[in-house]
Amino acid sequence: MSHHIVEIESLAYRYPDGTRALSEISFRVTHGESVAVIGANGAGKSTLLLHLNGYLTPQQGQVRIGDFPLTRQNIPDIRKTVGMVFQDPDDQLFMPTVYDDVAFGPLNLGVPPEELDLHVLGALSRVGALELKDRPPHHLSGGEKRAVAIATVLSMSPSILVMDEPSSNLDPGARRRLIKLLQTFEHTRIIATHDLDMALELCERTIVLHRGRVRADGPTRDIFLDDALLHECRLEKPFCMQGCPVCGRQG
Amino acid sequence: MSGIDRIFSDFGRLDRLARQQTPVHRLDPRAKLIPTAIFLFCVVSFGKYEVAALLPFFIYPVALAALGRIPLSYVGGRVLAVAPFAVMVGIFNPLLDREIMLQLGGVAISGGWVSFVSILLRFCLTIGTAVVLIGVTSFDGLCLGLQRLAVPRVFTVQLLVLYRYIFVLGDEAVRLVRARSLRTFGRRGLGLRNYGSMVGHLLIRTLERARRIHLAMRCRGFTGEIHSTRQLRFGRPEVVFAAGWTMAFIALRQWNLPLLLEQALKRIGQ
Repeated sequence: MSHHIVEIESLAYRYPDGTRALSEISFRVTHGESVAVIGANGAGKSTLLLHLNGYLTPQQGQVRIGDFPLTRQNIPDIRKTVGMVFQDPDDQLFMPTVYDDVAFGPLNLGVPPEELDLHVLGALSRVGALELKDRPPHHLSGGEKRAVAIATVLSMSPSILVMDEPSSNLDPGARRRLIKLLQTFEHTRIIATHDLDMALELCERTIVLHRGRVRADGPTRDIFLDDALLHECRLEKPFCMQGCPVCGRQG
Repeated sequence: MSGIDRIFSDFGRLDRLARQQTPVHRLDPRAKLIPTAIFLFCVVSFGKYEVAALLPFFIYPVALAALGRIPLSYVGGRVLAVAPFAVMVGIFNPLLDREIMLQLGGVAISGGWVSFVSILLRFCLTIGTAVVLIGVTSFDGLCLGLQRLAVPRVFTVQLLVLYRYIFVLGDEAVRLVRARSLRTFGRRGLGLRNYGSMVGHLLIRTLERARRIHLAMRCRGFTGEIHSTRQLRFGRPEVVFAAGWTMAFIALRQWNLPLLLEQALKRIGQ
């Protein structure tokens, strides 16, 4: 199952205005792993994610998805393998109804109409949004939009899921449902987030980016116990690992 | 609620009206598009002083709204909202065209006033019908209908995306206006300079969002075509609806119904 692997070697990227966004990034994510990418604002998380689906092509180094290095020629195949969930679901839901939106990817991939229901309804029921299928996306709540945005990607049966801030702008209930949903996935998952509590719950491994470089890469719990590292990277311990605000006892 | 807030909540209402289930809503969008196109052509093709012959055409938007349970008050509100444009177009007619055309109860009415009224009537007919048509078909239904009627894809895809994102753009505009008004402390001296910078901001945000949407579409295999799963069927009810209205419009364009009625009444009176 090597197509579930993401491997990045010495990746560097500089924006056209000369800003260095990424340098010497290397890591390997293997089949079924769930990895959090954390870092302060401007640390390079979004730029890194844009390399994983071929929107940006490496200026230096290499991105390998499965057995193939990412090149301009194989971008369509890479995009089928890597499902990308965007930070703002409004960017991802552009069709008149939820059903049409979830069907958009499979139709472009040439899924025959008689099999379409299988993909679309399957993806919607997976995220618990089956009853929304005839609604227009602009009338959904934030949590519903997020669930449908995930379904639009699941319907293409990707091997790897890449998510940019999946829990942002969600109320606590919707966030909890999202975490439970993501726990049921068996895909290789790469999640860029500021929600460190969610990272602790979902990801056994965490990569810390700092000023465009990998500052640390290891088990999530170990990273969150390293106060000096967190302080240097302008991060904080997840709330659940901080002391109790009332009695001061450590969590 | 500020003006801009209200405009966008109105949009949402039209959307909900379009999701009703009435026989007119269920008709194939093409069956409504074809007679509406002929209706518009007939209405705009009258001479500039024509008033009476336009009146019977109101039957179409009124009947369509009644069958599709679209409140006429709602349609009227939408027409009024854009009425200033029509007034602007015709306002100088009474000043420029002062030749007396008819006497109404001792009052001399100039050609300019007649043509002004004619412009307003045409405006009400066309805008009102457009609002009702969206209300009984839904915007995406119309786009699909247009696509099946061989309108180039580039237009239908753009219309579809425009309608989807008008809500998002509206939300952003509402937030900007709200943020500005909260810091102006009731003063109206907001100035054209601030307004320009706000519109500029909105444009930059829109371009940025367009880039992200395009990326999201490409990620899911978009190559320029939006495939639709909806099946359209042009059956017997569609033929009857489209043909019936089309013939009615051609007849109303050919014969001036109010004039004929007047002549008939006179003859009966004699």
